[in-house]
Amino acid sequence: MRATSLLLVLATAGLAAACGGKPAPEQPAPEPTPAPAPAPAPVDDSAERDRLERERMAREASERGRAVAADLAAMINFEYDQAAVRQTDQATLDKKAAILAANPNVRVQISGHADERGSDEYNLALGNRRAGAAKRYLENKGIDGARLEVVSYGEERPLNAGHDEAAYAQNRRDEFQVTAGGDNLVAPQ
Amino acid sequence: MTRSLARLTCIALLAPFAAGIRPAAAQDTNQVNEGVRVGVEYQPGVQPGLIVLPGTGLDSLRAIVGRDLDYTDRFRVIILRDVASASEGRGGSEGGSVNYGIYRTFGAEFGVELTETAGAVTVRLHDLNAGQVRNQQSFTLPPATDPGYRLEVHRMADEVARWATGTPGIAASRLMLVSGGRVYRVDSDGEALTPLTPAGQTALSPAWSPEGGRFAFTQLGQGRGPVVVQSLGGGAGVPVPGTTTALNITPTFSPDGRLVAYAHSDENGTDIYLANVADRCCAQRLTVGRFADNLSPTFSPDGRRIAFVSTRAGPPQVYVMATDGTDQELLAPFDYGATGSSNAPEWSPDGANVVFHREVAGSPQLFVVDVSGRRVRQLTSAGRNEDPTWGPDGRHITFVSDRSGIRQLWVIDVETGRVRQLKTPGAARLPAWSRRLSRTAVAP
Repeated sequence: MRATSLLLVLATAGLAAACGGKPAPEQPAPEPTPAPAPAPAPVDDSAERDRLERERMAREASERGRAVAADLAAMINFEYDQAAVRQTDQATLDKKAAILAANPNVRVQISGHADERGSDEYNLALGNRRAGAAKRYLENKGIDGARLEVVSYGEERPLNAGHDEAAYAQNRRDEFQVTAGGDNLVAPQ
Repeated sequence: MTRSLARLTCIALLAPFAAGIRPAAAQDTNQVNEGVRVGVEYQPGVQPGLIVLPGTGLDSLRAIVGRDLDYTDRFRVIILRDVASASEGRGGSEGGSVNYGIYRTFGAEFGVELTETAGAVTVRLHDLNAGQVRNQQSFTLPPATDPGYRLEVHRMADEVARWATGTPGIAASRLMLVSGGRVYRVDSDGEALTPLTPAGQTALSPAWSPEGGRFAFTQLGQGRGPVVVQSLGGGAGVPVPGTTTALNITPTFSPDGRLVAYAHSDENGTDIYLANVADRCCAQRLTVGRFADNLSPTFSPDGRRIAFVSTRAGPPQVYVMATDGTDQELLAPFDYGATGSSNAPEWSPDGANVVFHREVAGSPQLFVVDVSGRRVRQLTSAGRNEDPTWGPDGRHITFVSDRSGIRQLWVIDVETGRVRQLKTPGAARLPAWSRRLSRTAVAP
């Protein structure tokens, strides 16, 4: 009877640990919780410690990879009917240039977008010019243009469906999508 | 006694219609301007009254013809709603002569009579002042269930307009439009909306071939796409030479239907090319924009010039060049730093004008520039008005306006300023108006 109760308690504890769930990807990784030691007898746990260390390193690498991927995907925005890279977006593009230099197999598609004002057809050309502006900026930072593909959606894919300046400002943008070499991104030195 | 009572009732019923139908003469407003009507000889700017005479049967036919003639904006169309007036006007005898006097009292100068005879419809145009038949013709119509029926009725109405004014109407034409990523066609009166491209794709910028049997459009895929030429009769589309890479937009046919001009967008910018779709070859570059964009080409009707949009001076404006790319110059004058962006030009069928839209205080408005004098005239002012396309008569323009709350199609008559809605079920944009459609060229 007592043995059964203890087993039940242990099993419940184990289930609770197993069901704790993965941390959300945006959250900082929690410290690895040491497994409860149910057996009082001393055991050699070096294999377990190695495994945990490997997991921690992998997790940190993927955290870093995610941060790098986020930097690579960060959008830039534009003034109304303008395709010039704004000064405030230069740091964003500089980060991308460093990442692309550190990850020579990565290819990126740059898509230009416009807000809903202005002519529907002209906005396709404007989006194209916006994507081209980011590409030229990165080329000037030494990135091979063959790795950067330029496309345009004009006003056909708004990010924000609103009809005010806040929505328009969000919709005037370049998006950056990794099309090849995006696994195991290395952070620039 | 009974008769004069019926007549009085009829006139009382008619009066509000007659007054309300008078189109506005001022631009893009609802202002009523009573013009002076001088008689039955058609003069531009003068709208003779026209009555579609009542009769037995053919009600839907009368309704379509009456509406078509109204939409020409060349008549003041009077609709008789009182059946009593039928017997009144006919003097009581079936098939007898028309009582011209009574229709003249309604202010009409023309009477259109439709009668059914042995599987055909006979149309008579009465000159009410002269008291005689001016023209008549028998039309064989397909059954009303036939897909070609409505277009045949529109042709009949266009012929009546030609008898009365010397210029055929524009009812036997169609428009293409974009709604929810699909290209549709629709009759000139807003009926018979039919999809031409499949759901689940993004099609943009439809353009008619001059004979009306084909259309070109942009098939927008993942940020790029070809210009495709497709038959209106169905079948697979064929990419225009030079458009299978990058993004290709704003196609237009040459007047002989053999060439398609379009804009090719890639990392070097957007430039206009001309390809031979008849021989399927030879995309030729017409503009070298470097970091300026060139797009939205439109041919002059003689096929010798192309108007287009360029950002060479900063904001987009309307320019013109020879079809080999030489002789490029500004078409629509603008004040640098003051005039708003100008886009979407289309050359009128008579060659005299180019319509386009230009930003005024943040909203696009329709403008026309006359090609010889380079004078620019504003046509609209209410709401946002953009992407104009000429009707076959060179005086009507369909455009996109948000004046109803959503972007839909509207038609303006440049001569009278009258604006009407081309009703479509949902939002609509990027309209393209065909020329008059012949029987041979067009599938029903």
